[in-house]
Amino acid sequence: MLLAVLSGFLLAIVVPLLHRVAGKYIGWLLALLPAGLAVYFSTFLSQVQDGPLLLEYQWLPGLGISLNFLVDGLSLTFALLISGIGTFILIYAGSYLAGHKYLARFFVIMLSFMASMLGLVLSDNLITLFVFWELTSITSYMLIGFNHEDLEARKCALQGLFVTVAGGLALMAGLIMLAIMTGSYSLSAILASSDPIHQHVFYTGAVLCLLAGAFTKSAQVPFHFWLPNAMAAPTPVSAFLHSATMVKAGIYLMARLNPTLGEGELWTMMLMGFGAVTMLTGAWFAFSSTGIKKVLAYSTVMALGTLTMLIGVGTELAMTAFICFLVAHSLYKGALFMLAGALDHETGTKDITRMGGLRKSMPVTATIAVFAALSLAGLPPLFGFIAKELMLESLLEAPLWSSLLVIATVASAMLIVGVAGLVAIKPFFGAPGDTPKAPHEAPLGMLVGPAILTIIALAFGLMPFIPENALLQAAVASVYGAPVDFNLALWHGINKPLLLSALSLIVGFLLFRAWPRIQPTLHALNYAGSRVGPEAGYFKFMEWITVVASWQTRMLQNGVLGLYMLVLLAVTFGLAGYTMFSHYGVHFTLNLADSHFYEWGIALLLVASAVFASSTHSRLGSVASMGVLGFGVALTFILFSAPDLGITQLLVETLTVILLVLVLFKLPEFVNLSTPFQRYRDLAVAIFSGVTITLIMLAVLDIQYFETISTYYVENSAALAYGRNIVNVILVDFRALDTLGEIFVLSLAAMGVLSMLKLKAEDQHKP
Amino acid sequence: MKSNTMILHTAALLIMPLQLMFSIFLLLRGHDEPGGGFIGGLVAAGAFVLYAFAFGAEATRRILRVGPRDLLGAGLLLGLASTLPALFSGQPMLTAHWWDLPLPGGDYLKLSTPLIFDIGVYLAVLGTITSFVIGLMEAEE
Amino acid sequence: MESLMAYVVGIMFTAAFYMMLRRSIVKLVIGLMILSNAANLLIFVVSGMTRGAPPLIPEGASGPVGIVADPLPQALILTAIVIAFGVLAFAVVLIRRAYEVVGTDDLDQMKDTDT
Repeated sequence: MLLAVLSGFLLAIVVPLLHRVAGKYIGWLLALLPAGLAVYFSTFLSQVQDGPLLLEYQWLPGLGISLNFLVDGLSLTFALLISGIGTFILIYAGSYLAGHKYLARFFVIMLSFMASMLGLVLSDNLITLFVFWELTSITSYMLIGFNHEDLEARKCALQGLFVTVAGGLALMAGLIMLAIMTGSYSLSAILASSDPIHQHVFYTGAVLCLLAGAFTKSAQVPFHFWLPNAMAAPTPVSAFLHSATMVKAGIYLMARLNPTLGEGELWTMMLMGFGAVTMLTGAWFAFSSTGIKKVLAYSTVMALGTLTMLIGVGTELAMTAFICFLVAHSLYKGALFMLAGALDHETGTKDITRMGGLRKSMPVTATIAVFAALSLAGLPPLFGFIAKELMLESLLEAPLWSSLLVIATVASAMLIVGVAGLVAIKPFFGAPGDTPKAPHEAPLGMLVGPAILTIIALAFGLMPFIPENALLQAAVASVYGAPVDFNLALWHGINKPLLLSALSLIVGFLLFRAWPRIQPTLHALNYAGSRVGPEAGYFKFMEWITVVASWQTRMLQNGVLGLYMLVLLAVTFGLAGYTMFSHYGVHFTLNLADSHFYEWGIALLLVASAVFASSTHSRLGSVASMGVLGFGVALTFILFSAPDLGITQLLVETLTVILLVLVLFKLPEFVNLSTPFQRYRDLAVAIFSGVTITLIMLAVLDIQYFETISTYYVENSAALAYGRNIVNVILVDFRALDTLGEIFVLSLAAMGVLSMLKLKAEDQHKP
Repeated sequence: MKSNTMILHTAALLIMPLQLMFSIFLLLRGHDEPGGGFIGGLVAAGAFVLYAFAFGAEATRRILRVGPRDLLGAGLLLGLASTLPALFSGQPMLTAHWWDLPLPGGDYLKLSTPLIFDIGVYLAVLGTITSFVIGLMEAEE
Repeated sequence: MESLMAYVVGIMFTAAFYMMLRRSIVKLVIGLMILSNAANLLIFVVSGMTRGAPPLIPEGASGPVGIVADPLPQALILTAIVIAFGVLAFAVVLIRRAYEVVGTDDLDQMKDTDT
């Protein structure tokens, strides 16, 4: 399983090599991997019937992060969709982008993206899931911005990245809260535990953060705008992003966590509310756009809203409808996107209004499009019909807001029927349009995928018991949290859902007929609305970030070293002082009895030289008193049993004076540069910091938390290291690695000095 | 920066050999008595700095024979070399190794990786400080 | 003695910080020197000060006689002294170089690169 998930990354490494060998058949060759994966995943079909399967691999055991994989109905459904549709996308891309100069690069990113997506849906560990989640954000950014020479594509890619990564941050917070609430980072353990967590203090925060992540990824209103903009990507990418992957990641997460979080009211209402609004918004924009990819993109927004809403409803029936709609949508959306790409490729335009009568020149494309659109519109005998019936039925029985949801769904269904007409009838029937290129049939590589996907949708529609028994039962069980018994069928007799379906069909068809006349009005309406829409908000926000960034750079990085230091000191000692004050209190202790008079002398010498060095106006005086200070310190070392230190200090002090003589006296004399206010302010901060240090030292002398570790060195110096000077033994034997590091630091300083001096020498050679 | 006083010249010539010998003495006894690579290196560096003040950077380079940077490199290499015995015998890095080499006359020469390491420190300190001082003095000239 | 030295070290730190906050670059260097001395003393003082008992083992003995000063902070400070010297040399040369290029020792005049 580990290899299966990572195989995409591994294959991606050798793609450039393969591209040279396989040439134009690269798409077919690479498609073998997802095809093989799909076969591999289907071997798990029988096992997940008996419940989830946990495959364990270690990653960072010390941090409790594992590479465990959770295989149950839900993750298997997703894995099969990803690998199955991925197969056709790769074949299609090989054909669509044939001869593109960055074809190899495209496949590298595409395979990495697919592998990240598989990792996301199969991960059992929350952290691993998050890592894969972010990987999909990054790889999809590269895919959307694939035509990187196009400014618009770069902008759209960046927008998608910002929105999804911002959501990703929230998601991480949410996942951590989830782990705190449930006490585990393992999804299987979280799902298995039955503790009610919706009364936990973190519940609201966790739900909001998790949903922020899921909503941004799955393009729910008000974050929906990035998805249609992501159409800047080459069509194979759009087809893959929209049908089975990227945007479904958020849906996957919500479905995955539904058994755990679904009991809370907040979760239910947020999902139903946002889902329904998104559904309507998506349907509306889909119907009022003219570019065929835009139309399809907004219909994806509609589908994502519907899926979210169904999870929110959360009844047995709703979850069944959720899984069926998920599968149905992936099948028809993948097919339709690939066909849209074929249309674009062969006619040279994306504009629906310019297409017409193409069925004569592109008969195969037209046939597949009609069937796929039937599934989109929810007509028998396709799988989309079954999903739609189930959906209406579950909404009619929804425990909360039932009638509102039904009205919204029927309204969006009407619009979507119109959309189905736009993508399947408008381009292929009626009077021939004027297309920039003379249309002809698309090549085999671009048709095989849509054809097979549509045939599967048809087969599932006619024989719903096949997917039901193979997988859907288990998938519904894993999102509902308990085994569910249901029977899918095309015909349920004449009932309320069927009547509602029929109503939406009729109105939808009328809408489609009226479309050429009302579209300009709708478009103008949308344009007016876009100024206050969420996308405008996004741009405002981005502008605001720039303003804040430059403001805080001016404030905090103004280049005045003194201010940096002032802030650093004030914050460091403010925090340290506060902590000490609150834990220990302020105790100015001074024990005079334990010092000899000459020690007083040394103390006074140190204080006097420090004060003099910092207050004198004479540079020479300052340097001289620095020397006195250094010798005072050396004296302290010698008096208090540190002969090595004393000698070292004396020698270094001598060399320091030489150094200062060599360099410092080339610099100008001391002058007073600061105002009296600045001086008093600096003095205040310096005194505060010094007092804090004194207090901390007194506290440290008072309390001893740990035993000294020197005992070991003292006892073993002679026995183990054959040395009688313990300090030296520590330096060259016990802790020799530190010393080794230290002489390297010294040599770095020497190298730095030499190169600066050399730089100067070179300057002087210049005229 | 070259001083022309007689006293300094004579003093440098007299003191410098003593200082260098003392620095090696400090280095070798460092394991048992106050001293060691750091202190020895500083004393040796002091000797060369004194010489440099008396006779100039050029003369100091001549008397050093090798460049200060080479001293520094040699020190680092010796430090690293002392990690090798432990590496070859599969022990944790820098585990000490001791060899007693018999000398004519019944004495033993106690050679060990900590000693090699300490010589490395000595050379590194000496190299660092002489590069500072000679480099700076050359920059002045 | 430790409590007395705590005040001394505090005053040294105050002097160091005050000098480091000055705009003159030479004062910054002086501040840096006081700071490294103060930091070394701080470690020395808080680890306890022992009179007349250096961490040496008499010849032939297997351990020191009686209580000796803690050798570990001493090893730490010994390297710190040498490193501080290296850093100081680096800082001094850097400052000299900056002075040659910029032609001022006022830190506030050297801020162009940040904003």
